Amino acid sequence: MELLEIFASAGIWGAVLRIATPLIFGTLGALICERAGVLNLGIEGIMTFGAMIGWLTVYNGGDLWMGLVAAAAFGALFGLLHASMTVTLGLSQHVTGLGITLFASSLSYFIFRLVVPLASSPPTIEPFQPLVIPYLSDLPFLGDALFNQTAPTYLAIAIAAIAAYVLFRTPLGLAVRMTGENPHGAEAQGVNPIAVRFGAVMVGSALMGVGGAFLTLSAFNSFFPTMVQGRGWVCIALVVFASWRPGRALLGALLFALFDAYQLRLQAVLGKAVPYQLFLMVPYLLSIFALIVMARRARVPKALMQPYRRGER
Amino acid sequence: MTAVPVLRLTGITKTFGTTIANDAISIDLAPGEVLALLGENGAGKTTLMSILFGHYTPDAGTVEVDGVQLPPGKPRAAIRAGVGMVHQHFSLADNLTVLENVMTGTESLWQLKSSTGAARAKLLSIAERFGLKVDPDARVGDLSVGEQQRVEILKALYNDARILILDEPTAVLTNIEAETLFATLRVMAQSGLSLIFISHKLNEVMAAADRVVVLRGGKVVAERLTGATSKAELAELMVGRRVARPVREAAVPGPVLLQASNLDVGRRLSSINFEVRAGETLGIIGVSGNGQTTLGHLVSGLVQHSAGELQLFGEAMDRTSVRAMIEAGIGRVPEDRNAEGVIGDMAIWENAVLERLWQFSRNGLVDRGAARAFAGEIIDGFDVRGGAPDSRTRLLSGGNMQKLILGRNLQNRPRILVAAQPTRGLDEGAIAAVHTRILDARRAGTGVLLISEDLDEVISLADRIQAIVKGRLSPPVPAEQADARLLGLMMAGDWPQDGKIAHAH
Repeated sequence: MELLEIFASAGIWGAVLRIATPLIFGTLGALICERAGVLNLGIEGIMTFGAMIGWLTVYNGGDLWMGLVAAAAFGALFGLLHASMTVTLGLSQHVTGLGITLFASSLSYFIFRLVVPLASSPPTIEPFQPLVIPYLSDLPFLGDALFNQTAPTYLAIAIAAIAAYVLFRTPLGLAVRMTGENPHGAEAQGVNPIAVRFGAVMVGSALMGVGGAFLTLSAFNSFFPTMVQGRGWVCIALVVFASWRPGRALLGALLFALFDAYQLRLQAVLGKAVPYQLFLMVPYLLSIFALIVMARRARVPKALMQPYRRGER
Repeated sequence: MTAVPVLRLTGITKTFGTTIANDAISIDLAPGEVLALLGENGAGKTTLMSILFGHYTPDAGTVEVDGVQLPPGKPRAAIRAGVGMVHQHFSLADNLTVLENVMTGTESLWQLKSSTGAARAKLLSIAERFGLKVDPDARVGDLSVGEQQRVEILKALYNDARILILDEPTAVLTNIEAETLFATLRVMAQSGLSLIFISHKLNEVMAAADRVVVLRGGKVVAERLTGATSKAELAELMVGRRVARPVREAAVPGPVLLQASNLDVGRRLSSINFEVRAGETLGIIGVSGNGQTTLGHLVSGLVQHSAGELQLFGEAMDRTSVRAMIEAGIGRVPEDRNAEGVIGDMAIWENAVLERLWQFSRNGLVDRGAARAFAGEIIDGFDVRGGAPDSRTRLLSGGNMQKLILGRNLQNRPRILVAAQPTRGLDEGAIAAVHTRILDARRAGTGVLLISEDLDEVISLADRIQAIVKGRLSPPVPAEQADARLLGLMMAGDWPQDGKIAHAH
C-alpha cells in the first residue's frame, strides 16, 4: 500500500521536524503573548520581517546566529510597538495586530528592495547545515529521521520545554498567567500587569521573529516576500489547539507538519490523478477538524483581549 | 480608645473631577477590633479603602500602620505592612488553582523555581488555624462563591495580613454563607487580627462589629459602639434623614391570576403548587440555589414546565415564551440586574424598550422618539437619578438601575409582577423606594410574586409566604402567622408533606 509506505521512510520524519520548526517558534511566541492576555495578530508580519532581517544580516557578512539574534531583536521591537498600542493605549488587539502584520510585511519588502537589486533569481546565502551528533546521527533510520536537523530545530524544542517550565514552575510564569486571567487580581497581589504584558509580548514577538528567520537561514537560503505563506495564522490556531500549553503546542506543530509532509509526498504518489492543489488543502482541513475536537475543551485566558486600565473594573 | 491603634487614617481627602469622594476622613483601628464602615452606595467607603490599600493616591492625608506612614499608591507596600484586602469583585483567576492564586506575587519574580511545597504547607496551616477548609489544588472557577471568598481571605492571611479589609463581603453570599463568614471573622479578631468591613446592611453591622463609623457624602458623620446604638439610629445617620420602609396594609385579594399545579421543571422544580391573586403578594422565601432562579425563569417565559399545569388567567399554558408572557401583562424584575435586567453599555432608552420593542416599532424601524419619551416617563415617574434617556445604563447606581427596571414594567400597569431578589445589593434608601413601588402596584390590583432570600423583606411585603427548598415549595402560611423562627424552620425544609404547618410550631 503506497499511501502508508510513505510513513516508513526516514525522510518524512526528518521533513516533519523541519516543517514544524518555524511553527514551534511562532506558536510558542503567540502562546506567551496570549497567556499574558494579549492577542498578537502581528505574527504573520513579524515572521516575514524576521525572515528578511535574518537573511539580510547574513547576506551582509553576519554570522548565522547573528541573523537569528537580529530577527529576535526586531521581533521584540515590533512587540514593543504592539504592546504600546494595546497595553498602554488600550487599543483593539485585533486591529493593531493586523496593522502590524501589514506594516511589517510591506516594510520587509521595502528594505529588501532597497538593499537587493531586482534580479531574475534572488541572491542566496550559505544556510545552517545539519548538526552531526556523535552516535545518534549515525543510528539506522532514527539517525535520518530525528537527528539530521539544523541547530535551530533543536533550539525550538528546547524552548518549548523551557517555556513550559517557566510558565508552570516559576513565580514569573505564575505572574504571567495571573495577568492573563485577571490583571486586577495580579495588581492587588503586587504584580505589575503592565510590565508583565510588555515583557510577554516582547519575548513572544522575538520568538516569532526567530521562527521567520528559520525559513531564510535554514529551510531555504534566500528571501522572497510571500514566503511565510500564512504560517503565522496557523500558529494562532495552534495556540487554541494547544489549550495555551507549550507541550501541546509542540505536539500540535508536529502534527500539522506531519499532515504537510504527508501531502507533499502524496502529491508525488497520486499527483497524476488528482490536482496537487487539493493536497495543499489537506493540512488545513485536518487542522480545522483537530481544532473543533480540541478547542471545545480549551480554557481561554479570561482576560485575553481585555485592555487593563488601573483603578477600573 | 486607649490601645495604640494598628492603623490610623488621618485627614484623607480624594476628589474625582468635581466630586469629593473622601473629605478629610480620619479613622483609628485598635488591635483585635472589628470595625464596620457603614454608608450608602456612593458614600466613599470603597474609595477610602482603595486609598488605604494603595490602589489610589489620596490628594491629602496619611495612612499609618503601627505608627509608620505608608507610601501612597503602592499596593505592595500596604501588603508588606500587613494590610490585606478582600475585594467585592474577587481578584481571583478562575483558571488557576487555589494555591496558584494564593502564591501569585509572594515570591521574587526572578526566582528559578516556585516553592510550591512550602507554600502548600503554609496555606494548609493557615486554613487549619482559622477553620477555612479549602482544597489547594481545586480550580478556583469550580468553587462556589462562598468558597471563592474563603480563598480571597486566605490570600490575605497568606501574606501575613494583620489588618484585613473586607469590601461588602456579604454582597455575593447567601445568608448561610454570610453567617459562616461572620463566625470566621470573630475567630480572626480573637486571635489578634484587626478587621474593617464595609457594608450598608444594618443587620450585619450590628451583629458582627464592635464599633461603627458612618460615612455619608464622603465625610465621617458619626462613630458608635454597636453596644450603644440601634439599627434605627444607624439608618438615620447613614441616610441623613429618617427612612422607614413602607408598611403593608391588608390585602384585598381578587381573582387567581396565575396558578401552578403539581408542576415540574426538569429536576430543578418538582411538583410545586402556588397561586398568585390580583392585589396580593405571594412571597417565596429560600436560601439561594434552591430553585428560585428556575421559578423566576418559568414565570418569565424563559424555561418550560415539563409536567403539571400552569394556568394564566384561568387558561392552561402549554408552552410559554418571553414575548407571550410580556404581552399577557407579566412584568419581570430579574434576580441579576446586570446579567439579565439591563445591558450596561446600551442607552437607558434602549434598555427601557428592549423587552417590548415591537410596541416601539413602526414599519420595521425603531420609533426612537416614542422610545425616548417612554424612557423619560420612567425617569420622571420612578425617580431614576443620574441619567438621561441617552446616557449609558452602566453609569446608573444599582438602586437607580433597579428603579429603571421596575419602571419599565410598572409603567404599563402589569397584571402580574414577578420580582426576584428585587433589593439585592441595594442600600437602605433604594430598598425603601423599591418596596414602596411594589406595594403601590399591589394596591393597584397587580398580583405580585416576590422571590427573595431576605426574611425582613418577605415578612414586610408578602401576604402569604411559601418556602422553597431543593426545588420544592412548602404550603403557604399567612403573613400574620409568620415570624423569623417559623420561616427559618420552613427554609430548612421542616414542613409536613400534606397538611398546613401554620399551627404546628
